[in-house]
Amino acid sequence: MPRKMVTVDGNEAAAYVAFKLNEVISIYPITPASPMGEWADAWAAMGEKNIWGTVPAVVEMQSEGGAAGAVHGALQSGSLTTTFTASQGLLLMIPNMYKIAGELTPTVFHIAARTVATHALSIFGDHSDVMAARQTGWAMMPSASVQEAQDFALIAQAATLESRIPFLHFFDGFRTSHEIQKIEKLSEDDLRALINEELVRAHRERALSPEHPFIRGTAQNPDHFFQARETVNPYYQACPQIVQKCMDQFATLTGRRYHLFDYVGHPQADRVIVIMGSGAETVEETVRYLVERGETVGVVKVRLYRPFSVEAFIRALPASTAVIAALDRTKEPGSVGEPLYEDVSCAINEARFEDYWHLKTLPRVIGGRYGLSSKEFTPAMVKGVFDEMAKDRPRNHFTVGIVDDVSGTHITYDPAFSIEPDNGFRGIFYGLGADGTVSANKNSIKIIGETTPNHAQGYFVYDSKKAGSVTISHLRFGPRPIRAPYLIERANFVACHQFPFLRKYDMLRFAEPGGTFLLNAPYGPQEVWEQLPRSVQQAIIQKKLKFYTIDAYRVARQAGLGQRINTIMQTAFFAISHIIPKEEAIQKIKDAIVKTYGKRGEDIVQQNFRAVDQALENLHEVPVPESATSTFDLSPPVPDQAPDFVKNVLSEIIAGRGDTLPVSAFPADGTFPSGTAQWEKRNIAQEIPVWDEKTCIQCGKCAFVCPHAVIRIKVYHKKYARQAPKGFKYTPARGREWEADTYYTIQVSPEDCTGCQLCVEVCPAKNKENTRLKALNMAPQAPILEQEKVNWDYFLSLPEYDRSKLKKDSVKGSQFLRPLFEFSGACAGCGETPYIKLATQLFGDRMIVANATGCSSIYGGNLPTTPWTFNEEGLGPAWSNSLFEDNAEFGLGFRLTIDQQQRFARELLQQLAPRLGDRLVNEILQADQSDEAGIYQQRLRVQALKKQLKTIDAPEAQMLLSVADFLVKKSVWIIGGDGWAYDIGFGGLDHVLASGRDVNILIMDTEVYSNTGGQNSKATPLGAVAKFAAGGKRTPKKDIALQAIGYGNVYVARVAMGANDTHTVKAFLEAESFPGPSLIVAYSHCIAHGYNLKYGLRQQKLAVDSAYWPLFRYDPRRLEKGESPFILDSRDPKISFEEYAYNETRYKMLTKIDPMTARELLQQAQEVVNSRWHLYKQLAKAFEPGNGKAAS
Amino acid sequence: MDLSTRYMGLTLKNPLVPSASPLSSEVDNVRHMEDVGAAAVVLYSLFEEQIHHEAREIDHFLTTFNESYAEALSYFPEPEEFKNLHAEEYLEHIRKLKEAVSIPIIASLNGVSAGGWMKYARYIEEAGADAIELNIYYIPTDPRITSQEIEAMYVEDLKTVKSSVKIPVAIKLSPFFTAFANLAKRLDEAGADALVLFNRFYQPDIDLENLDVVPDLILSTSFEMRLPLRWIAILYGRLKASLAATTGIHTATDVIKMLMVGADVTMLASVLFQEGIDVISEILADMRRWMEEHEYASVSQMKGSMSYQNVAEPSAFERANYIKVLQSLQ
Repeated sequence: MPRKMVTVDGNEAAAYVAFKLNEVISIYPITPASPMGEWADAWAAMGEKNIWGTVPAVVEMQSEGGAAGAVHGALQSGSLTTTFTASQGLLLMIPNMYKIAGELTPTVFHIAARTVATHALSIFGDHSDVMAARQTGWAMMPSASVQEAQDFALIAQAATLESRIPFLHFFDGFRTSHEIQKIEKLSEDDLRALINEELVRAHRERALSPEHPFIRGTAQNPDHFFQARETVNPYYQACPQIVQKCMDQFATLTGRRYHLFDYVGHPQADRVIVIMGSGAETVEETVRYLVERGETVGVVKVRLYRPFSVEAFIRALPASTAVIAALDRTKEPGSVGEPLYEDVSCAINEARFEDYWHLKTLPRVIGGRYGLSSKEFTPAMVKGVFDEMAKDRPRNHFTVGIVDDVSGTHITYDPAFSIEPDNGFRGIFYGLGADGTVSANKNSIKIIGETTPNHAQGYFVYDSKKAGSVTISHLRFGPRPIRAPYLIERANFVACHQFPFLRKYDMLRFAEPGGTFLLNAPYGPQEVWEQLPRSVQQAIIQKKLKFYTIDAYRVARQAGLGQRINTIMQTAFFAISHIIPKEEAIQKIKDAIVKTYGKRGEDIVQQNFRAVDQALENLHEVPVPESATSTFDLSPPVPDQAPDFVKNVLSEIIAGRGDTLPVSAFPADGTFPSGTAQWEKRNIAQEIPVWDEKTCIQCGKCAFVCPHAVIRIKVYHKKYARQAPKGFKYTPARGREWEADTYYTIQVSPEDCTGCQLCVEVCPAKNKENTRLKALNMAPQAPILEQEKVNWDYFLSLPEYDRSKLKKDSVKGSQFLRPLFEFSGACAGCGETPYIKLATQLFGDRMIVANATGCSSIYGGNLPTTPWTFNEEGLGPAWSNSLFEDNAEFGLGFRLTIDQQQRFARELLQQLAPRLGDRLVNEILQADQSDEAGIYQQRLRVQALKKQLKTIDAPEAQMLLSVADFLVKKSVWIIGGDGWAYDIGFGGLDHVLASGRDVNILIMDTEVYSNTGGQNSKATPLGAVAKFAAGGKRTPKKDIALQAIGYGNVYVARVAMGANDTHTVKAFLEAESFPGPSLIVAYSHCIAHGYNLKYGLRQQKLAVDSAYWPLFRYDPRRLEKGESPFILDSRDPKISFEEYAYNETRYKMLTKIDPMTARELLQQAQEVVNSRWHLYKQLAKAFEPGNGKAAS
Repeated sequence: MDLSTRYMGLTLKNPLVPSASPLSSEVDNVRHMEDVGAAAVVLYSLFEEQIHHEAREIDHFLTTFNESYAEALSYFPEPEEFKNLHAEEYLEHIRKLKEAVSIPIIASLNGVSAGGWMKYARYIEEAGADAIELNIYYIPTDPRITSQEIEAMYVEDLKTVKSSVKIPVAIKLSPFFTAFANLAKRLDEAGADALVLFNRFYQPDIDLENLDVVPDLILSTSFEMRLPLRWIAILYGRLKASLAATTGIHTATDVIKMLMVGADVTMLASVLFQEGIDVISEILADMRRWMEEHEYASVSQMKGSMSYQNVAEPSAFERANYIKVLQSLQ
């Protein structure tokens, strides 16, 4: 029976085999490997069984280090065990990997290979992670395609059982892990055929058991460790033959034949590239193309990288080989060369003295780097490498794919070189994350891949914004297998699903002459032409494109689909692409709709059917005029007044041309200017809030909650109102605190707003004539854009109010302070960013921020721009991200420096007192910096000091100059999410709390790993559904705040700004002023909770009203005053937990999956809420002075 | 003493039927109702909005943020199947009740527009319900919609449901029709097996501090039964359809009054919330006592005895009644 053809991505392909061939699966989320764990968890939750008929145990751990430890334990006790990871995660597993290999334990880890963070983090693919594990004693099998990701998962499992060497099976992150391909699926019989049951039993027999006790994992001494370490050699020697044997068995079974090193190319090739991973596919296709055209080139594809079989490698090379280029997808600065280059060089050097040496000459070996962090690697680059190899003195240690104008490492190539076949479909689709373009394309691939003989490939590029993100889909279909792991550069179909993109991206540069252009536009076929930018018109005319248009949003609205245009655009695509006959295609779309939406109700199915029918009626071909008539063109990515670095470098990244930036454009050490998000005007809101100054009560809540700092408030002298541009709104400032003639304005930045509506929801002021209206009301952005831009610019030009005169401990007062965190790429309505913004308003001029990896490090520090900014004096938060797991320690390091350098500065100051004058020195040494005025005065003194120091010719003076800034108070902030704080970073966080040092820790608690897609953490509440807790979380959320209180000398607050904003401000001020460790646990609503985030603040209030999230502060300073340090700021519960929780999909969906369990868990959750509330009440009493416990 | 009655073809042991309320969402409650003497039960309503809204909501929040960001292509585990969308839960509830109790189960389907939700009538029948109460809950706020259009919609909705099921279908109505008797007749002709009079709308209140309109549930009082009492009296004997009285029925005398004006059954809700399900047995006992004292042998004997047709002064149910009241106050 022929095997089933499926369209899956590399992660699913590998996870399928891993799931079927293991008993224990220990997981932890990390991009791009997370989906493998998610598949395993989902399959286990559904009761899917492995080939032995039992459901594997899937367990999520607190970190990859933990996952590896659990794997090691499960292996040692006899289970077939696996895990999935990437990048930093793999690095955390290395200590265990040494042990697992040293103990000759069979297992396969599946790795979606990803860049290891160096000068910057990158989630994308290269081999720097797996290469960092090549010394652990593990076998390493790179797969190059989705099909191979499945096949090698099986071969590796078979080989590990026989060889007892553990295997790293890896494939390129994103490029293979996320590429969708049509592949032949292995059946369970196939899996059984290759797995030797006796070897499985042997593995169990070697396990620890009290029934036949022994010890393993001893400690050894100099006299014997060395010899014992050499015992494993025969196993490594045997391993390659075992792998080849498994490959041969696999070939007999499936017809797909693999070798340790596969050679493809001319039998008498003189130039041979050696490569592994997805790049091998590109080289192979290019080699076939070039050989057909007479070139004598070839490629060796590495299938087993460790143990490296020198003999098999040499035998794979044609005897004619004269030049070898070893291409590495990693960089090892300071080494002789990258790993594969070194291995190849070494192999040649060793083999030339061996009997199997058959090469006619000693080949020249060169090494090159390509494709770091998923950088494109194309046939044109391959051709460039072969051309370089043909030179008399080819460049060694080259790079390809970039312009290195600093070290001159790059080789050149002709970007126009292409090997794409003429008979294939190649389509590029520009969409918005929220419009469903990618989902529709994935669906189209399934339709074409699984219901026609065509081969299909899909790859999807996402930007790093969480609100208004752009997606670009690359789809290939054709009669031949598609081996093209690179983006489409010559498309015969270009679709723009978002009309505004036309002015932002030059998408028709990818269109081939004679191709088709499909545009979703809010205009009819007669009007649309005039709405196109000039260069788009020109491209359509010059390339003779067939041009179609559809008003998909109108069709979606009519069909009741709201903003989801996926089905409509998919229908339009099928109707004009002719990949399948139109009628057949429509039927298949409808079948797919039933399959996708059937389980969610007939209504949804019917809506989508209507959308399909109406799409066909509303799709029009647009007659193309002979000449371009438009008087406007693409907009510049950033305004002209932006700083040079923004204009020259960041703007290119914004425009999607980052690939063309040369090495010299970048700083060598990963340092970038802050304050750059202000230049990236994204214009993503369809509606923005408009201020009604007459209704406004000037409470400041709107600015307080704005996640993107786009609503600002200023008070200023009346004269500025007189000078204001027409249309600029103002009103006299309310309140006795203002001097006469003080005016007040709330202004929205129209191009930075995301339209989340939190401000409108929180606004308490209703219009007395029409209670539907508030002091802020949403209005369409386009008609008011120009006026509001003028207003915003004028608003920015107004002077900042004197901070020292503001009452900062109130919500209202805090909002006159300029935020130094603005316009981030966070989700519309984000529940985290308002807290960060508040901290920058209060302390930004002296903040130094350690940011754990996660959402906040992405919206805070993912290029092109950063929201962290500075004030008019040039002061602002200094920000850095170290790792996910070490953030608390990283931040503590800041504090250690500050304390150390400050002490040193004070010492130097005293030494230099005779020359500086006692008065200045004493004033600085005795300065009271407990409030802003004190800090300000100190800053002036230090400025004076520095001025004076420059005039003193003494080494101590120069030394003091370099540390004098530490004499001004600094505010250390350690921020991150619950994944960091509760799980992977908890050990460090706990240690930092125990250190007694003055740091401020802010946990933005979204109760899941938000950044990687909502996986369960120890902050996830009982009863909620999350990834890795698909059946509902069964254990209660960890009370991290209570744990911190346990230390007694830590300031702790639990806040929820939507429930009590004044309390939040108070807690931030108290935490910062506390001269020891402070911990703030902040309720952060999140899209992973599953409801419209405009109600985020209301949900926060309900969380507090139900006593699920009791507000409190624990301030050890109060003890000194004889007061209770514990202040319970919440009142008795007013509503049930259900009334809060069941507004959110994360809770409610369980009632739809498993109503019985949902009911049970809801009851348990209520009991937990009750008992915790009771505990807090008791605590509040217990800490009361006189109860004896407070003082203990 | 024979308390039995016939209601849209069903023979009921007495005329007491708990009307649609959240109480019936628990199997134990329904069992309790049966134990204390309820003759049938109208289940809580399956709302059109729920059928549509819940499916849309789940679809929306499971997919809205998908495929937008490389590290998080989705935010929820997506189970293969949602076993219990609200409507399916409702059907499952019917199946469970049919196993748990032997009294007839009348499902309540609540909606406005003609549409996909109506096919749930068939599913309800398949799940084992003995009858359906169609509750057309509609406040016609659009000034362009005429009374003819609205009435036609009611008739059409009823016909659609009737054509899709074999079990009896009652229609629950509001009193806000200009020519109510005419509408009742048209619904009767369209095949209604019973008219349930009347639907009681929640009347919203105003929160002056927050300037919000707030929903406000106030339980009925016996006084409110006067409206259905009058209209049942007027309609009795003029329609093929059965008549159910609902709103304001709290005591045995309320029940008896309704039966006397022509109701085939009386429906209870507020009183069950106020006094608990056990009150049914008290009402039954009081009824028996009253009937004994007044020497009534059966419910059928008293049914319609005080209707418009059968009272000595039918004009008392007409406008004269109003004038008389005013006069009596002078």
